[in-house]
Amino acid sequence: MTDPDVAVVGFAQAPNTRQTYGTTNGVEMLVPILHEVLDGTGLTKGDIGFWCSGSSDYLAGRAFSFVAAVDAIGAVPPINESHVEMDAAWALYEAWVKIRTGQVDTALVYGFGKSSAGDLRRTLALQLDPYTTAPLWPDSVGIAGLQARLGLDSGQWTEQDMAAVAARCRTDARTNPHAQISGAAEVSELLAEPYLADPLRAHDCAPITDGASAVILADADRARELCARPAWITGLEHRMESGNLGARELTTSPSTAGAARAAGTDGVEVAELHAPFTHQELVLREAIGLGDEVRISPSGGALCANPMFAAGLTRIGEAARRIMDGSARRVLAHATSGPALQQNLVCTMEGHR
Amino acid sequence: MSKHLAAVLGTGQTHHASRRTDVSMGGLCREAIDRAMADAGLDWPDIDAVVLGKAPDLFEGVMMPELPLADALGATGKPLIRVHTAGSVGGSTGNVAASLIEGGVHKRVLAVAFEKQSESNAMWALSITPPFHMPVGAGAGGYFAPHVRSYIRRSGAPDHIGAVVAAKDRRNGSRNPWAHLRQSDLSVESVLSSQMLWDPIRYDETCPSSDGACAVVLGDEDTADGSPGSVAWVHATSMRTEPTTYAGRDQVNPQAGREAAAALWKQAGITDPLSEIDTAEIYVPFSWFEPMWLENLGFAQEGTGWKLTEAGETGIGGRLPVNPSGGVLSSNPIGASGLLRFAEAAMQVMHRAGEHQVPGARTALGHAYGGGSQYFSMWIVGTDKPGGRR
Repeated sequence: MTDPDVAVVGFAQAPNTRQTYGTTNGVEMLVPILHEVLDGTGLTKGDIGFWCSGSSDYLAGRAFSFVAAVDAIGAVPPINESHVEMDAAWALYEAWVKIRTGQVDTALVYGFGKSSAGDLRRTLALQLDPYTTAPLWPDSVGIAGLQARLGLDSGQWTEQDMAAVAARCRTDARTNPHAQISGAAEVSELLAEPYLADPLRAHDCAPITDGASAVILADADRARELCARPAWITGLEHRMESGNLGARELTTSPSTAGAARAAGTDGVEVAELHAPFTHQELVLREAIGLGDEVRISPSGGALCANPMFAAGLTRIGEAARRIMDGSARRVLAHATSGPALQQNLVCTMEGHR
Repeated sequence: MSKHLAAVLGTGQTHHASRRTDVSMGGLCREAIDRAMADAGLDWPDIDAVVLGKAPDLFEGVMMPELPLADALGATGKPLIRVHTAGSVGGSTGNVAASLIEGGVHKRVLAVAFEKQSESNAMWALSITPPFHMPVGAGAGGYFAPHVRSYIRRSGAPDHIGAVVAAKDRRNGSRNPWAHLRQSDLSVESVLSSQMLWDPIRYDETCPSSDGACAVVLGDEDTADGSPGSVAWVHATSMRTEPTTYAGRDQVNPQAGREAAAALWKQAGITDPLSEIDTAEIYVPFSWFEPMWLENLGFAQEGTGWKLTEAGETGIGGRLPVNPSGGVLSSNPIGASGLLRFAEAAMQVMHRAGEHQVPGARTALGHAYGGGSQYFSMWIVGTDKPGGRR
């Protein structure tokens, strides 16, 4: 738990779509949402004390894609700016730290990813050990399939449990205009579908998404000026696990559990979980200790729109939105990175204090 | 000024070389980390978080190498942030690590930066031409040579100034046991007789391609006060970014660099950098960037930086020794080069720079830049606590 001296005061996201026709540096997706998130707070780009983004050169298929993304800002005069080669949830972490130093009072965080530009499953295989594992090209769906199989064989979950996650997310996504996938779904219908990569069916896997999102953070004084109901950050923690898949117990998530414990999860009403695969939501709920009373991913979650390098930040934005619109008092957001939930971040936020 | 003070407790680096085929990426990082931990007198349980910086992933051919490297970096079970701000990334890595302490989030943070260029091909990685972008095609030398030519034309600097820098930095590098190039016999004349690569940049005025890593351990005020050795207090940090191209952009003396420096001096309470800074580690990958950055940073008026260089004021023993370590011209593991500048600045004020120590150095600048001279990160470290406190 930390002093809640920083709050989310604005959030915007681009349409999540299977394929955009813009460049891989995200500018076409970012320009509208940077305007939207600034307009929502009444701030202009010159008011922002610190900028931080998250993206991946490998996704963009080029070096320095984030450099070109700065063109979306119009950084003249120059800006105080940084970038993480991670999901932008970690860019939000860096910005949160920056505000806590007292050097700046506001920060704009954005993330973008154009997954349609390449073959995402194979690209993500390059996150594995380059000497021993990556040359075998185990792709991201295959690795998630191994993880799902471990849980099925040990009796930790069933294919019905997994399909129930997909059905709930798709049903919830019907009220999310930004969702890529939505619609009423019955578990029995989903289970009648063929396997994509046994034991995973298409509904168990997040879609391939092009998208972007943006969040504005502010310190205590500015947050009260900029937002009627700021989402005060009460805990923000993240942890890493080994990169050696064989060294991990893949049906649990100790990094998520550790981050959640440190962030403090008491009284959470809504949890937006970054689970790109249905069984990973089950792992995460167990690790965080979320009971049946907690509303899970009412946006439809990453299973209904998964813009790489923005989806984690989007979870924080979606959770914060429930505070800002007055529909929840205490919320949790989660972000993940790396193969099979290797690295995890937990952010808790609350309303009026 | 930040809410909490931060200080460098220890630094470490590898032997830098064209091809460190004797170690993996993890092994390379670990060499630097183990030395930094020993220098700081700390062990793994003391470390709260890890910050990793490196330049584009295409340089090694691994997407987000911090993921497979988590164990080697000692990050397993801990928070890890991966920073990437182009060539300035090593500096940004130091600044982000410092901010984790200045923000009161952690007490002891390990910053690591590396590049293992021999794993892939940096020239290829830099030459991919995305749609709608002006192709670079000639690597960094071809990109920056016109900026140097423009500087020479604008400042009226004599042609040999670049050679003065190259000879000085390589001589300094010969006093640094970690340096990739250790050329004590280089002279202005020999540099001027080396092959022209990208007019006006000659072969001996160009940085090498290196494999290498650097690590810095930072701590909070309590930890630093209790440190068995000397520490380097962080007096100021700054970062600025501007677009690669825009109408009227000055690529020789970029506004982002000028504003980053102005913010840095203001934060540190420095009004006359040339008098108040004892030594500077400045990112000089091509010799002429020494006078260019001396002006951009405010050590000299525009058009006059070369006079400091020509007069020998940037050598060890001069008014402002620049790159006593040998700088980027002697070792260039790209992603680590910025953190090496920051670490070398700290080593100077900790009086642990060995044969390339600037006598009596108490306040030092670390500087890095990247992209098309558009990303800047800097810090000032001092023997004394900020504000003159001891």
